[in-house]
Amino acid sequence: MRLLRIELYKLWHHRISKILIFGYFILIFSIAILSTLKVEWGPIKFHLADQGIFNFPYIWHFNTFMIALLKIFFAIIIVAMIGNEYSYKTLKQNLIDGLSKAEFLRSKVYAILAFVLLSTFLVFAISLLLGGLYSDYTELSIVFSDLEYLLAYAVKLFGFFTFCLFLSLLIKRSAFALGFLVLWQVFEGIVFGLMKWKLSDWIPALSAEQVFQFFPLNAMGNIIKEPFSRLSAIKNIADQIGEGLDKDYSVSFFSLIIVLLWSVLFIAASYRLLKQRDL
Amino acid sequence: MPETLLQLHALTKKYGSLTAVNELSLRLEKGKVYGLLGPNGSGKSTTLGMVLNVVNPSSGSFEWYGGTKTTHQALKHIGAIIERPNFYPYLTAFQNLKLICQIKQCSAAHIQEQLELVGLWARKDSKFSTYSLGMKQRLAIAAALVNQPELLILDEHTNGLDPEGIHQIRALITSIAARGTSILLASHLLDEVEKVCTDVIVLKNGNKYYEGSVDGLNPSFGYFEIAAQSESSLVTFLEQHTSIGEISKKKECFHVLLTEELSAEQFSQQLQEAGLLLTHFVKKQPSLEDQFLLLTQSEKHATTAH
Repeated sequence: MRLLRIELYKLWHHRISKILIFGYFILIFSIAILSTLKVEWGPIKFHLADQGIFNFPYIWHFNTFMIALLKIFFAIIIVAMIGNEYSYKTLKQNLIDGLSKAEFLRSKVYAILAFVLLSTFLVFAISLLLGGLYSDYTELSIVFSDLEYLLAYAVKLFGFFTFCLFLSLLIKRSAFALGFLVLWQVFEGIVFGLMKWKLSDWIPALSAEQVFQFFPLNAMGNIIKEPFSRLSAIKNIADQIGEGLDKDYSVSFFSLIIVLLWSVLFIAASYRLLKQRDL
Repeated sequence: MPETLLQLHALTKKYGSLTAVNELSLRLEKGKVYGLLGPNGSGKSTTLGMVLNVVNPSSGSFEWYGGTKTTHQALKHIGAIIERPNFYPYLTAFQNLKLICQIKQCSAAHIQEQLELVGLWARKDSKFSTYSLGMKQRLAIAAALVNQPELLILDEHTNGLDPEGIHQIRALITSIAARGTSILLASHLLDEVEKVCTDVIVLKNGNKYYEGSVDGLNPSFGYFEIAAQSESSLVTFLEQHTSIGEISKKKECFHVLLTEELSAEQFSQQLQEAGLLLTHFVKKQPSLEDQFLLLTQSEKHATTAH
């Protein structure tokens, strides 16, 4: 608790961090509010709520997927909070003042955990609210089914943030760390492309997808599948053109475990970096 | 025996092929004021970095409080100022000190007292980024004292300060030492160390040249500055004298280094008996600076003087 308090004290008084954190939560709310608006613009009548996106239990899937896209906000904060510790040389000062390297890392991980929990709770609350207002089904058994999407959401965020933590500790400069994150995404894409092209020639038993699912960012993406094609409206169209959608939309627990393993690895590697480096 | 604060056992730091600190062994006792003396790049900061948990030793070890506390626990009872002050620029002085109290797990009750001591209480709510260098240095001192430390470590703390600031901080250190706080002061400024320290450790190229009291730095019998009307007969007399070692001419007078105890009365009488008419005659003790140069210039070094 002391470590979390130290970290939050650092974050809370940093203006840009504060704006980003507030911005993140306000954005979640405003998206929720916006999506309930009825758009009537000339002949176009559009009401998101009528599309069935707020139906239980589908809403758990839809909201966790959409709101997870905002995670980049907090990623910036994490990268900046580590980058600052290096550029202000306050990491050195913290250690001299009697914080151990393990405590320093733990204070950062606790801050991430606190944020993930808060964010997950918000998603839960907003989904419950919107669903309660607009869902066609309000039986308790349906409302509280598919809650594993919330767990998936939390793990997805935690995995992503620990990746950011590791990158920023590795690179020390916040801008470069964010750049590297983008670069890594591209790198995963390229490697996937190469594997799809050549891998089956070399090792026939292995498909590119089988290997690719172990890549950190891809595994995070795999936990919650895109929800759009699951929407009944789109599904109907697909049915009409005779293309039955039988994709599995449930939470991929295998990906979940892969991401958790990555998180542990990232935290362990971060500790190793801290331990070995001279300041 | 006084309580041991810090003990180093053959502590070594290598950066590639460069040995920054070479098998350094030391013992710091409670209640003393130590000077860690050495030219730039002699390994002072690296040594401090190792005991302060920010530099990993290549070999050797150190222990705080005789090994009864882990390094980071021990550091909570220490105050340290390394090179230049590092604070969160977006926090005010007061907030920065409060954060340090949380890290050190000490009471925030002394913040006001320390800020008043360094004359920053009026500016406590200004952001650190708005401070001048002198103010930043003074805040660093307040931060180092906020936990009522048992040992205060200062590394080149007067770098970049104006003479007034240096004077203020020196007075502050003297008053802190008077309260019984142990101090370890790393500096390449000899008069700094001479003025406040009781014990001195001399480092050069990572090796320890001397460890002991300031007075015992070099067992020296002092030297005479002499000038006479007849230079040649003075030189002849000096060269024959048994208590005299090196003779060198500086400006108008001779610097005569003694190899054994010789009082000014005795020597002037001997000179008079030899019929020499003196125009200049002074006995001097070598400054710490002279001794320091003598010590670090000599090729062979004694690991310990006592």
